[in-house]
Amino acid sequence: MVFFGLCNIAAFLFVEEGIKPVYIPIKPDICMEATKTNFNRRAFLKASALAGGGLILHFSALAKLGFDDKSQLADAPAQWNEITGYIKITDDNVVKILCPNPEFGQNVMTSLPMMVAEELDVDWKKVVVEMGPHDNVKLGPQFTGGSMSVRMYWKPLREAGAAARNMLLQAAAQTWAVPVEELSTKAGVIYHEKTGRKGVYGDFASKAAAIPVPKGVKLKDVKNFNVVRHSQKNVEGAKIVSGKPLFGLDYKQEGMLIAMIHHPPAFGLKLKSFDASAALKMPGIKDIFSIKMFEDGFEQAGFDTRSFNTLLVVVGKTTWEVMNARKKLVAEWMPAGDTKDTMGGRVGKREVTVPGELETTATQLEKMKQHAAMPANQMRKDGDPETAFKNAAQIVERTYVAPFLAHNCMEPMNFFAHVTDEKALLAGPLQGPGWSEPTLSKILGLPADKIEIQMTRMGGGFGRRAYSHYQVEAALISKKMKAPIKLIYSREDDTTYGIYRPMYTATYRAALDANKNLIAFHVKGGGIPENAIHANRFPAGAIDNYLAEGWEIPSNITIGAFRAPRSNFNAAAEQSFLDELAEAMGKDPIDFRLELLARAKEKPVGKNNEYDADRYAGILKLVKEKSGWGKPEHSQYHRGVAAYFCHNSYAAHVVDMVIKDGQPYVERVFSAIDCGIVVNPDAATNMVQGAVVDGIGNSLYGGLTHKNGEVEQKNFHSYRIIRMHEAPKKVEVYFVQNDIDPSGLGEPPFPPVFGAVANALYKSTGKRYYQQPFTSPQSEVPTV
Amino acid sequence: MLSLNINKKTYKVDADPDTPLLWVLRDHVGLVGTKFGCGVAQCGACVVHLNGEAVRSCVTKASRAEGKQVVTIEGLAENDDHPLQKAWLELDVSQCGYCQAGQIMSAAVLLKENKKPTDEDINDAMAGNICRCGTYLRIRDAIHLAADIQAKEGAGK
Ligand code: FES
Ligand code: FES
Repeated sequence: MVFFGLCNIAAFLFVEEGIKPVYIPIKPDICMEATKTNFNRRAFLKASALAGGGLILHFSALAKLGFDDKSQLADAPAQWNEITGYIKITDDNVVKILCPNPEFGQNVMTSLPMMVAEELDVDWKKVVVEMGPHDNVKLGPQFTGGSMSVRMYWKPLREAGAAARNMLLQAAAQTWAVPVEELSTKAGVIYHEKTGRKGVYGDFASKAAAIPVPKGVKLKDVKNFNVVRHSQKNVEGAKIVSGKPLFGLDYKQEGMLIAMIHHPPAFGLKLKSFDASAALKMPGIKDIFSIKMFEDGFEQAGFDTRSFNTLLVVVGKTTWEVMNARKKLVAEWMPAGDTKDTMGGRVGKREVTVPGELETTATQLEKMKQHAAMPANQMRKDGDPETAFKNAAQIVERTYVAPFLAHNCMEPMNFFAHVTDEKALLAGPLQGPGWSEPTLSKILGLPADKIEIQMTRMGGGFGRRAYSHYQVEAALISKKMKAPIKLIYSREDDTTYGIYRPMYTATYRAALDANKNLIAFHVKGGGIPENAIHANRFPAGAIDNYLAEGWEIPSNITIGAFRAPRSNFNAAAEQSFLDELAEAMGKDPIDFRLELLARAKEKPVGKNNEYDADRYAGILKLVKEKSGWGKPEHSQYHRGVAAYFCHNSYAAHVVDMVIKDGQPYVERVFSAIDCGIVVNPDAATNMVQGAVVDGIGNSLYGGLTHKNGEVEQKNFHSYRIIRMHEAPKKVEVYFVQNDIDPSGLGEPPFPPVFGAVANALYKSTGKRYYQQPFTSPQSEVPTV
Repeated sequence: MLSLNINKKTYKVDADPDTPLLWVLRDHVGLVGTKFGCGVAQCGACVVHLNGEAVRSCVTKASRAEGKQVVTIEGLAENDDHPLQKAWLELDVSQCGYCQAGQIMSAAVLLKENKKPTDEDINDAMAGNICRCGTYLRIRDAIHLAADIQAKEGAGK
């Protein structure tokens, strides 16, 4: 689910800083997922009467994103600072709560309204939940990503619920002419014990609408929660299992045409010419034409990533007719050469060069090796690592490599658009409608208030749908056709389009003295086209002499956030390295980490350490206890452990691996998570289990390669996704019980799975695996 | 003109007989519970029943369905109360939910043929259904639970 907005925004900010085209790690610690992030809220509540009777409460709160660097805060678009909730109570006692954020499987449509219901004190089973409209003014940022939804709305939505309850109580007190203090509520009913009177919320809704919104409301003590912290079922579960239209691909309108796009078959190619004569004769075909996404000089914003600017479009009556006609379409492609993109933004517009090379994976790997040997940007330095390495009795050095990954959302990219001269209606799956609206407005020449974006349920997101180029494409096609259209990507279109998890590498070095004490640590990471290094994460802060460096290689292969961006590689590499290092030092891998964390807590090195050493140690201790570390249940189990911090949460896994038919199989997993208060425990467990399965799948099988710019994996027969028989038998999930405000969960459990799998593989095979996916033949590349 | 019996109703469809059943269902008949995931028989999102057999509708020509009973997720149980649907809700299996109709349709054939499937049986029968969100563990548990519900309901009849 994922996501990933937070880091998206970080990426966006880097882009906006204008240093380099993409994802510049100049100040990775400003990534909003950093611990420093907090929200300072001022609440604005607005109540009004509902047409036909009843109360509607708009809750707006200014949630300032607490960057250390205030200049960035000042620059953030104003509408991102609004957080709003919606409660409607009708006279006939229907309580409706709108979900502000789009749903892609992380269950926000359930968890966010639960937070409102908790303070409103209503019977959860009777609450009607609906997806809200896109309205960044009334409903806030409305982006799904960065494991932010619950975190961002935690206080405002509860305050909205509490305010509404307070107003209803006042209305009842007036009606019954009793002091408000003598009233109580339970599950949507107001009681006056002394007189034995009672009434449902609906009885007072209209009157409550006229009552001034209370200034400051008291929130429940977390100990008294009875909706939140109790497992509630997915509010759309029944619709899902009965096949109701929910997803973008299910969206339909009278007279709607179907459109598909031919994009160039390789990165670095562009359309030269096409011959549509045969395809146009195919049944059902309405038109075939090329469209240009951005005019020259169009200032692109952070989420405007698009892989190809000129696209060949086939429009017809039905999907199959369009798919068939595409087979008859003759297109000629030519090298695009180096091209220029114009990036817009607050620091002024600038041009960036996109290299024209037709890339091949072997060459990419070779280039990464060369770059790794060259000087890089220093990202953090503590003490004197150079001298420490010079004086070391032993140096452990290992290099890790990971491939591009495609998100492969189960529902391929698609969007409905109906654009006329006056207005535009767009409906489909996307993570951040507020990001694409300004782009649509510019491209269509329509004011933002004439653009309606409906957010459908998404068949997966994982970060991919933060980049809704497909929505812009749909709009352009509809405009040209002067008709409602639905743009559909085939699986092949989807997998080969781009916006991948980048290709990464990192070399870790550790210096040990003669007594095998760790005296210095060095990480140098790079990637195509961004590096993954989080310089201020563990083990930074725990080692006196520390150096982190990064470099990048520009590329025409587009990238985007992928479930826990950058962390998903770092955790794999760093956690494998720590495992190997512990072994070199003759220590137990968990004890070794705990020692480092104790040091980071007692005498932290440097500033800006992003993690809380206590909470980090807490999950390691919990997973150690729950897994019975040291004595696995079965003797054939080979155990690996890893832990990681990201998106303000902490996750550790112990995986038990066996070799089954010559293949590694993770049979069982223990997970320990600290994400503060767990809003919806069973759904949270589901998400952790899913992240574990996703992590096992991607670490063992995931990967995308290129040959002369062409993607070699086009569909699920060659892009391997984990399947039922490869999923563990059991994933036991344990949450640290505390009363800390909730932090992210969609992403944090994902990254450490990679490290735990790598470490279990070592125990299973006696060999260390340095290159993902681990089941590929190249995986056991001997390292220095 | 194709004549198709879908969920016990007859539909006359004006489509090329070679059109995959998936697109006839989605584009012509308007039953969108059957999903498009890959189009090449790799993911199972499009599974429907053809005379009680699980088929991948993305590679099944609509003409093949003529004269046969087609059942989609919408018609699996009259009140959407098939033991599998109940079990899915009980265990809150879904994440994004996109794959789940296909999962349930594959599992329904398994449960019909095998009243008490083991984990291994489930792994074999469900290997063709991808869940990108990774809900496999709950799917497995839900199939076991559905088998129990089915046994109880059968005993009650
Ligand atoms: S869509 Fe038919 S198997 Fe994937
Ligand atoms: S629930 Fe999302 S693909 Fe299965």
